Amino acid sequence: MSLLSLNLPSRGLRRVMHRLSAVTLTLFGLLTLTFIIGRVMPIDPVLAVVGPDADSSTYDQVYRQMGFDRSLWVQFGYYLRDLAQGDFGNALLTGRPVVDDILRTFPATIELATVAIIFGIGVGVPMGVYAATQRGRLADHVIRVISLFGYSTPVFWVGMIGLIIFYGWLNWVGGAGRVDLAYDGLVTPVTGMLLIDSALAGDWEVFGSAFKHIILPAFILGLNSVSFIGRMTRSFMLTQLSQEYILTARVKGLPERVVIWRHAFRNILVQLLTIVALAYGSLLEGAVLIETVFAWPGFGQYLTSSLLLGDMNAVMASVLLIGLIFVLLNLLTDVLYQVFDPRTR
Amino acid sequence: MTTQISMAARTSSEPHTRYQALWLSLGTGARRLLHNPLTGAGLLVVLLLLLVALFAPWLATHDPLAQDLNRSLHAPNADNWFGTDEFGRDIFSRLVYGSRITLYIIALVTVIVGPIGLAVGTISGYFGGVVDMLFMRITDIFISFPSLVLALAFVAALGPGLEHAVIAIALTTWPPIARLARAETLQLRNADFIVAVQLQGASSARVILRHIVPMCLSSVIVRLTMNMAGIILTAAGLGFLGLGAQPPLPEWGAMISTGRSYMMECWWLVAAPGLAIMLVSLAFNLLGDGLRDLLDPRSE
Repeated sequence: MSLLSLNLPSRGLRRVMHRLSAVTLTLFGLLTLTFIIGRVMPIDPVLAVVGPDADSSTYDQVYRQMGFDRSLWVQFGYYLRDLAQGDFGNALLTGRPVVDDILRTFPATIELATVAIIFGIGVGVPMGVYAATQRGRLADHVIRVISLFGYSTPVFWVGMIGLIIFYGWLNWVGGAGRVDLAYDGLVTPVTGMLLIDSALAGDWEVFGSAFKHIILPAFILGLNSVSFIGRMTRSFMLTQLSQEYILTARVKGLPERVVIWRHAFRNILVQLLTIVALAYGSLLEGAVLIETVFAWPGFGQYLTSSLLLGDMNAVMASVLLIGLIFVLLNLLTDVLYQVFDPRTR
Repeated sequence: MTTQISMAARTSSEPHTRYQALWLSLGTGARRLLHNPLTGAGLLVVLLLLLVALFAPWLATHDPLAQDLNRSLHAPNADNWFGTDEFGRDIFSRLVYGSRITLYIIALVTVIVGPIGLAVGTISGYFGGVVDMLFMRITDIFISFPSLVLALAFVAALGPGLEHAVIAIALTTWPPIARLARAETLQLRNADFIVAVQLQGASSARVILRHIVPMCLSSVIVRLTMNMAGIILTAAGLGFLGLGAQPPLPEWGAMISTGRSYMMECWWLVAAPGLAIMLVSLAFNLLGDGLRDLLDPRSE
């Protein structure tokens, strides 16, 4: 039985295996690239460790300790060995291992991106479906322009304008940070995601404050996904609506709502799933900027602040991690296709 | 008789050289492009940007770098149309001069990226095999980073500055161009006219440069246009993080960055440059969208 099932899903499995080997190669490339970038960095990493007042013998000692006297190939080998052991070095700012810093800041970013993607799906999908049904009419054009706006606006700028209007003038939302200062540190972190942690603790005051703080940055971060998901939904729906089974359904006299949502929409779900995964990945890019604007203590802000400090270890680990997430999300979309789309089997 | 024939040939719309063919297809394309009013609006704004950059010294009402601390942080008024910044510099004039920086970035990135993408793509597609595999693997690595993050890493390595930002953006934008040129080359590689030239003894370099590159050029140009909005946004993002153009250069992203400290009281410091970025990037997006519809009727 087990032998049989090993042979069965041959083609799909082989494609996934092929993809996996390609992904491994790409990851190796990412490592090489970050290594090369790290080497050309004009900041002297030895000086950063020993400080400017160190004498030359201390400097030389640390220089050798860090392996800079070896050839580049040997250094690359050490780099790979350290990474394989999960050692990304220490961060200058906190003096702690970079991995710890990233693990600490990452939940805040995931929380932000998740609320943003919920907004992106909730608005983008209906918008795209509606645009497809109104193809070529006024509503379609209006939606097209709206989504082009979503692509064209610098997300950090919308964030600042949002803060000025909704926090500064109207005071509808919380300002910078994840919660009001008075509530800071009240909830013990379990998942690191404040909304979930406060709900688990049953502390609804903190939950409310956290909600008021997350809603604006998440909304603005999600604008880009609204555009992306909306446009993709529209084009997927248009492909379906021109198929013969839709004509059949209409001829049968089914109400338009059923034709659209139960027939056409059901058939684009797999495609949508992959698009959402890609959109989620690109949210990380926006998060780098939006977290800086909203002083959101997440991974993006960690990256930019280490960047300005010239903290090579932290920057390279962060960049590597984002690349890794991107590659994995791409792999995931491919696998999703294999699993859910019977035609690829 | 012969003159008659050549006259007739000259007056007909048949192209005689591939460059003429390129120009003709661009001409008919432009006419079809402007059918869509949104695309026309995009083109108009882009032309306006060019004019503003060209005539900046005549359009600007003040010196963009002249500080006047007595007049700092004034709200928009009759003299300073968009207000003044923390050093009393006129924001309108800074925006006008900033258009030059924006165009400089776009032009430089495009000039770097076009040839690199074409070279990698056509060589990869023409030779195939190991060369193709190697080049496409490298392309994949670059594509697997989100462009802003990769640009951040490069600027981190090179140090902040306008030129470094341009190099960083260029390094992140060439892979899609290379992929496109490769796809086009793959379609052309076994075409009869290429085989004919090869049989005449043309070298690979000649085939690629004289016969394949001109055929890829129009779609690569379109793709470069579509990239421009992204270039503007990435450049603005780098400027905002303080990694792009450095003060006192009136780069729009950097203007937003410095205006951030005063934004709660003086909204015009961030509103005006942001609107400028949005307008220009929207225009390039509209233009690119129109171009894509033109080339790919399925997306309509």
